[in-house]
Amino acid sequence: MTDVVVSMKNINFAYENKQVLENINFSIPSGSFLGLIGPNGGGKTTLIKLILGLIKPNSGSIALFDQPLDKFSAWDKIGFVSQKANTFNRGFPATVFEVVSMGLTAKVGYFKFFTKHHKEQIQQAIEQVGMQAYTYENIGNLSGGQQQRIFIARALVSDPQFLILDEPTVGVDHENVHRFYELLYQLNHEQNITMLMVSHDTGTMTEHATDIACLNKQLHFHGKPDEYHALTANDLSRIHGHNVNIVTHDH
Amino acid sequence: MLADFLQYDFLRNTFFTGILIGIIAPLLGTFIVVRRLSLIADALSHVTLAGIAFGLLLEKKFAIMLSPLYSGMAFSVLGSILIERLRGLYKAYQEIAIPIILSGGVGLSVIFISLADGFNTELFNYLFGSVSAVSQNDFYTIAGISIFIIIIIGLFFKELFTLSFDEEHAKIAGLHAKYIHLLFIVLTALVIAASIRIVGVLLVSALMTLPVAASMRIAKGFKQMLVLSIVFGELAVIIGLISGYYLSIPPGGTIVMVSILILLLSIVAKKLKNYNRRNKTVK
Repeated sequence: MTDVVVSMKNINFAYENKQVLENINFSIPSGSFLGLIGPNGGGKTTLIKLILGLIKPNSGSIALFDQPLDKFSAWDKIGFVSQKANTFNRGFPATVFEVVSMGLTAKVGYFKFFTKHHKEQIQQAIEQVGMQAYTYENIGNLSGGQQQRIFIARALVSDPQFLILDEPTVGVDHENVHRFYELLYQLNHEQNITMLMVSHDTGTMTEHATDIACLNKQLHFHGKPDEYHALTANDLSRIHGHNVNIVTHDH
Repeated sequence: MLADFLQYDFLRNTFFTGILIGIIAPLLGTFIVVRRLSLIADALSHVTLAGIAFGLLLEKKFAIMLSPLYSGMAFSVLGSILIERLRGLYKAYQEIAIPIILSGGVGLSVIFISLADGFNTELFNYLFGSVSAVSQNDFYTIAGISIFIIIIIGLFFKELFTLSFDEEHAKIAGLHAKYIHLLFIVLTALVIAASIRIVGVLLVSALMTLPVAASMRIAKGFKQMLVLSIVFGELAVIIGLISGYYLSIPPGGTIVMVSILILLLSIVAKKLKNYNRRNKTVK
C-alpha cells in the first residue's frame, strides 16, 4: 500500500529558452485534496502535463504510486478532467452514456468489447455525479456545469485512486461551481480519492482543499489552508508576483 | 425496375458493389466528419485518380494488364500515409496537407494522362462513375476489402470513437493515438479506391460525408448517427444507381443528388421537430 501518490524531485522544465518550472520538490500524500494555485503562466498546467507524462522534465524525477514515471503503466488509476466544458466540440454527436464509456476504453483494452458489467459501471458513474436523468441526451445539449459533471463521470468510471482537475470550473456558473465542489468533497472524503486541482479561484480553493500549493515558477508555499491564510500581504505578493486580494465567499 | 440489375451480369456486379460501398463509405465517413477531416476524402480521391491514370498508362503503352483498381488503391494508400506525415510536420496548420496532396494528385494525373495521349470515355467513367464498369474480379476485390474494413472498424470501434472525441484524453489513458490514426487513414484510402468505380473521383467524398451530414441533424448519439448514415448511404446508392441507369446518367451524379435530397429532408425534419417542441412548450 502506498502513501504517496505523486512525488516530484528537483524538477526543472523550460519551453525553448523560457524557464517555466525551477527546482520543484513536492509530494501528494494519499487521501489529500491539494489545491494548486498561482498566477497565469506560473506553470500550473505544465506541472500537470509533467505528471501525466505528456511532456518530459529537463531534469529531476517524478514518481506515481512509488513507480518512476517512465515505468508507470497503470493509467487507469488516474483520472483527468480538463477545462473541457470550455473547449470541447459542442456539436459532437455523442450521448452522455457514450462519453462516459470512453473513460473505460483504455482499461478494457484492445480487441475487447464492453460487457454488461462495463455498462453497469458506466451507469453507476453517471449516477454518482447525479446525471442519470440525462443518460441518453446528447452532451452538446447540456449546460457547462452539467457537461463538467459528465467529464468527472468519465474520469470516475475507471475507478481511479487519483483525480487531476485542471481549472475544471472555468465557464461554469456560480451556483453550479458550489455543487461541483460538494461533489469533489464527497469523492475525496467518502471514496478516499486523492485530488490535485488547479484553480485560479484562491478563495474557494482554500475553503475546500486540505492542502494548498502556490506555484509561480518555483513552489512558494505548500501547506494547510490555515497557514496560507496566515501569510502576510508581503508573502502573498512574492508568491503571486503582484498584489492579490483574497476573496472569501460567504455562503 | 430492379429486374435489369438482377438479370445482366455487369449490372449485378455494379449493384452488389454499390450496396457494399453504401455501407463502408458512410461508416468511415462518420469518423471523418466528426474529426473535421471531410476534405481528406477529396485529397485521397484525386491521388487515387493519379493511380488509376498510372494503371491505364501501363496498360496502353506497355501492355501491362494491371487492374486500375489496384494501382488506384496503391496510390491512395501511399497518399494517405503522406498526408499523415505532413500533418505531423505542420502541427499548427494540419489542413495544409490536404491541398498539397490534392494538387499533387491532380498534377500527377495530368502527366500520366498526357503521356498516354488521353483515355477519353474511360476517364470520363472514372471521374463521374459508371454503372457498367465493375467487373466480376473488381467485385470480389471490393467485397474482400469491405469485409476487412468492417472487421477492423468493429475491432477498433471504441478506440476510434474515443480518439475522435478527445485526443488528449485518449493519449493520457494510454491509447496509441499515432498508430490508430494511421490505421484509420489507410482504411479511408481503401474505401475511396473501392468506391471510385461507381461514384467517380469527383464525387466519392460526397458519399462519405453527405449521409453523415444528414444523419447528424436528427440522430441522438454517435452509434445512432452511424447507423442512420449507412441507411442514408444505401438509399442514395440504390436510388442513384437505378435512376442513373434508366436515365443514362453517370451514377455519381444521381447518387450525390439523392444524398443532397436526403440532407434537405433531414434539415426540414429537424426544423419541424424544433417547431413542434416550441409550440408544445408555449401551450
